[in-house]
Amino acid sequence: MTLLTNSVTACTGTLIVGAGQAGLQLAVSLRENGYSAPITIAGAEPWGAYQRPPLSKSFLNGDVDEDNLSLRATDFYTENAIDARIGTRIWDIRLAASGRGGEAFTGDGRVLGFEKLALTTGSRPRRLTIPGADLTGVCYLRSIPDATHLRTLLGVAHTVVVIGGGFIGLEAAAAARRRGLDVTLVESYGRLLQRVVAPPVSAFYRGAHDRRGVHFRLGSGVIALHGDERVTGVELSDGTVLPADVVIVGIGVEPRIELAHRLGLTCSRGIVVDESARTSNPTVVAAGDCTVQPHPQHPDTLVSLESVQNAVDQAKVAAATLLGRNRPPTTVPWFWSDQGDLKLQIAGLSTGFDDFVVRGEPDSESFSVLYYRDGHLIAADAVNRPHDFMAVKRALSLGSTIPSEEATNTDFTLKALIRAVDAPLPAGRRP
Amino acid sequence: MPKIILHSPTGALFTVDAQIGASVMETAVKHGVPGIVAECGGALSCATCHVYIADSFIDLTGQADDFEDEMLDDTASVRKPNSRLSCQIRMTAALDGLEAEIAPEQ
Ligand SMILES: Cc1cc2nc3c(=O)[nH]c(=O)nc-3n(C[C@H](O)[C@H](O)[C@H](O)COP(=O)(O)OP(=O)(O)OC[C@H]3O[C@@H](n4cnc5c(N)ncnc54)[C@H](O)[C@@H]3O)c2cc1C
Ligand code: FES
Repeated sequence: MTLLTNSVTACTGTLIVGAGQAGLQLAVSLRENGYSAPITIAGAEPWGAYQRPPLSKSFLNGDVDEDNLSLRATDFYTENAIDARIGTRIWDIRLAASGRGGEAFTGDGRVLGFEKLALTTGSRPRRLTIPGADLTGVCYLRSIPDATHLRTLLGVAHTVVVIGGGFIGLEAAAAARRRGLDVTLVESYGRLLQRVVAPPVSAFYRGAHDRRGVHFRLGSGVIALHGDERVTGVELSDGTVLPADVVIVGIGVEPRIELAHRLGLTCSRGIVVDESARTSNPTVVAAGDCTVQPHPQHPDTLVSLESVQNAVDQAKVAAATLLGRNRPPTTVPWFWSDQGDLKLQIAGLSTGFDDFVVRGEPDSESFSVLYYRDGHLIAADAVNRPHDFMAVKRALSLGSTIPSEEATNTDFTLKALIRAVDAPLPAGRRP
Repeated sequence: MPKIILHSPTGALFTVDAQIGASVMETAVKHGVPGIVAECGGALSCATCHVYIADSFIDLTGQADDFEDEMLDDTASVRKPNSRLSCQIRMTAALDGLEAEIAPEQ
């Protein structure tokens, strides 16, 4: 850790590094809780905090614009005395030797003093590192410029290859198909969304996108991109070259942990925080995509939760911690993904499930998968089935369950099947 | 710019200017009107942007589609005939003066 010996600027207020979903929420929560000292949010991007989810959905389709993405009007910041320094990247931070506050150094040579520090630096897309990765026409999807560029390219493209069968890849594939383009999705695993959903959900998405005209190459690695200046093809490990005039890469993200490293904070994949959003230095908090945190039910395992819900709720916790207040009540993790007309809503965390049941008929494009561990409901994926999603979210927030043998009975709503965890089990139910 | 008049659960009244094409939710949140949570930012996935539309505007705001209709069944505050998810109402000039009450719980 770099320590500061002679403090030159006044150390007042809170500095939040990263003006995204989490950074904004942290500032808002500090003010809502009566914090009256100065709040500065430094954001490297030239915009105030904005929503990323539409970048691979409605924004890519051209249904909404930049204006619609911003999370707050400019007036909001002034009215709430939040000093939003947009276009300001923090390059280095030093903590005062006294352990109280420190200084941050901006790209344009300014020094920002602070008393309290929060890191909400988000993540960046993982880059391809194969030959041809730098060709024009190879696109990532994280920011407004990324999505604007891709939107323009899709307007004139014919053949698109999507690398990565995760949420962003599938959403982008759906958007490209909606424009009538020829779309092939390449995924190195044998099934889609391998990290996050059970096999029936993977199989469903494969079939559903196939019916909408997306071609798939599952279990295929990409070894090179071809082209002179512009990309023209994608070479797979079996030697096939898929023609492409646009390549969309969605192979995951890497948390931005450089500043945390400089501060000597413990990091694994992301900045390690506890359930109070405290980093290994108890005076510094962190929230959002840049963190890894204890799994809410199995605290020995660290998880990275890359979702709006997590960014917002963890930021609320971080604000409470900075103010020395009690943690706000825990919330149920949840997520959504809109792929064309297919609306997926996920409640809970399914990692570590040992059983699941399918409710409804996947072929009807309206079904849910409920996940269990040790006989208790832990999560559900609901495709075009909002009632199921809302019921599972409610059950989880109550700490209740929905018995697996009853959950498949579509004569009942799931809401009607919610049971207390210690309610007697129906006969024949395995423990 | 069309105006939106929102009654917050605390009893306070907010009048905000809306851009044509922006949703009621988006307009309220951007101006910091309390009470609309909008966890999903308008993706029709969270049902935390629940409002009750004033009777005189019900016809102008149109009907909830099937998905919204289902989400409305499970809102935290009671569903009423004039319940809508405010992210699904996009502002038009005709909606100038739109009045709605924000549901007490989201
Ligand atoms: C295309 C796309 C689609 C998505 N779809 C969904 C979805 O459907 N549902 C869902 O729940 N989630 C979705 N997500 C994920 C969700 O958007 C993120 O989890 C969320 O934005 C995380 O918020 P954050 O504040 O942690 O990080 P970000 O929003 O990434 O904000 C971090 C900010 O910090 C800035 N920053 C970093 N380092 C510095 C520095 N040193 N100095 C100053 N500023 C810095 C960055 O420039 C950035 O602006 C999607 C993400 C993407 C990219
Ligand atoms: S903002 Fe989530 S449903 Fe309206």
